[in-house]
Amino acid sequence: MSTDSQKTPYNPPALEFKSSTFTVPVLVLSSNDLLVIEQQLQEKVRLAPEFFRNSPLVFDLLELNKRNLDIDIAALTDIIRKSGLLPIGIRGGNAEQNKLALALHIPVYSIHNSVSANSQKPKAIVPPPEPKTESVATTLITQPVRSGQRIYASGDLIILAQVSAGAEIMAEGNIHVYNTLRGRALAGVQGNPDARIFCSDLQAELISIAGNYKVSEDLEKAVGKKPVQIYLQDHALIIKDIV
Amino acid sequence: MARIIVVTSGKGGVGKTTTSAAIAMGLAKKGHKTAVIDFDVGLRNLDLIMGCERRVVYDIVNVINGEASLNQALIRDKHCEQLYILPASQTRDKDALNQEGVGKILEDLKKDFKYVVCDSPAGIEKGAHLAMYFADDAFVVTNPEVSSVRDSDRMLGLLSSKSRRAEQNQEPIKEYLLLTRYSPERVKLGDMLSVDDVQDILSLHLLGVIPESKSVLTASNSGTPVILDEKSDAGQAYADVVARYLGEDRPHRFIDDKKGFFGKLFGSK
Repeated sequence: MSTDSQKTPYNPPALEFKSSTFTVPVLVLSSNDLLVIEQQLQEKVRLAPEFFRNSPLVFDLLELNKRNLDIDIAALTDIIRKSGLLPIGIRGGNAEQNKLALALHIPVYSIHNSVSANSQKPKAIVPPPEPKTESVATTLITQPVRSGQRIYASGDLIILAQVSAGAEIMAEGNIHVYNTLRGRALAGVQGNPDARIFCSDLQAELISIAGNYKVSEDLEKAVGKKPVQIYLQDHALIIKDIV
Repeated sequence: MARIIVVTSGKGGVGKTTTSAAIAMGLAKKGHKTAVIDFDVGLRNLDLIMGCERRVVYDIVNVINGEASLNQALIRDKHCEQLYILPASQTRDKDALNQEGVGKILEDLKKDFKYVVCDSPAGIEKGAHLAMYFADDAFVVTNPEVSSVRDSDRMLGLLSSKSRRAEQNQEPIKEYLLLTRYSPERVKLGDMLSVDDVQDILSLHLLGVIPESKSVLTASNSGTPVILDEKSDAGQAYADVVARYLGEDRPHRFIDDKKGFFGKLFGSK
């Protein structure tokens, strides 16, 4: 066991590698005019000198390369250093630019949708997106939703009991209330204009579909005490009897 | 198995303490050993309604802080041997209570008592939360007016989400509705919500309707729970409530305006 003394657990290693995530500002360039870049960069730095002083920086050439604008990497790093920033990486550069950057000891970062990938290897065949599974779980509530309670469903929301005044029910999909709806009901909260609200007695404080709302004052008294559905048509909420 | 009953409402002034005193006395009079706890630390009232304010030595905060034993703090009621009162502290505030201390007191009481009635303070903050947290049954006291009904609704939401039973996924707290200060005459005139209106909004099992009654004020001021006034309508209504809670089937009274023409002529039934 003692043949390899260097590997005994009693000798703690002097170093180890760990993975860590940092937030680093990225300088996205949309012009290859070095003079303009220098001028605008210094303006920015002047706005928050404390924030930018000796700040690490990654510069992003993706936009430039999309428009086939080349840039002098060495001159660019000089400008960045002159502004008090420390370039620590290049992103979105083509093979030539990456090589130049490496020569300046600036590491290359990749972005997955980078055009630099195009210049180096043939575009990977992107598999067609999976047909989106619409089976986001439906939330079922059987107890009354009381004043002050909030319910959020990432799919459809079905409530078999009443929803009290002062309660708030929200769903990214449709809302069904098989009882009296007195609280606030917001369907399609992530912006789905096809979401609908169904309820058997509409006395809601507020109804909303994809951000288009009506408060109870705007509702006609006649809509209550019968099953209705609410949907969106040309950005207007339509309340219709279910017969 | 002992049961912990919380008397709660959200809104203040609806009759929680009157109800706590009455049902605790009612349960004790039926032969069940009962303790009633005042959770309204800083605004102690239950001792007045129970008529034991001159015998308070220690209170719930002393017990929680270990300054007195539970038996030292419990006051035996002078009307009924089966009833004990644990008063609140008047000089402290709700922050003197903590979940651990309250839980310990209730566990200890459960060993010895059949029913523990917790008189909740108004509001939904710490005192009210601790009063209801360990409950098995909840008496939600509501007045027939919209703000009280909404506050009760809010409290019902908290009972079903923030109690120990809810947090530990046990069988939910049994909730009962107690409609107090009910005046059939005013319902008839349309300036008070009816039993049906309140039931419609809260959809809760109605345990009883307590009529608005002068006897409640008289009883409070004299320090005798109104249930002991067997001639009064409110006293009888509370007796019905206790009987129904214990499983008896009693028809609801005091809901209709019974003083019709013949009622006036021949006196009330």
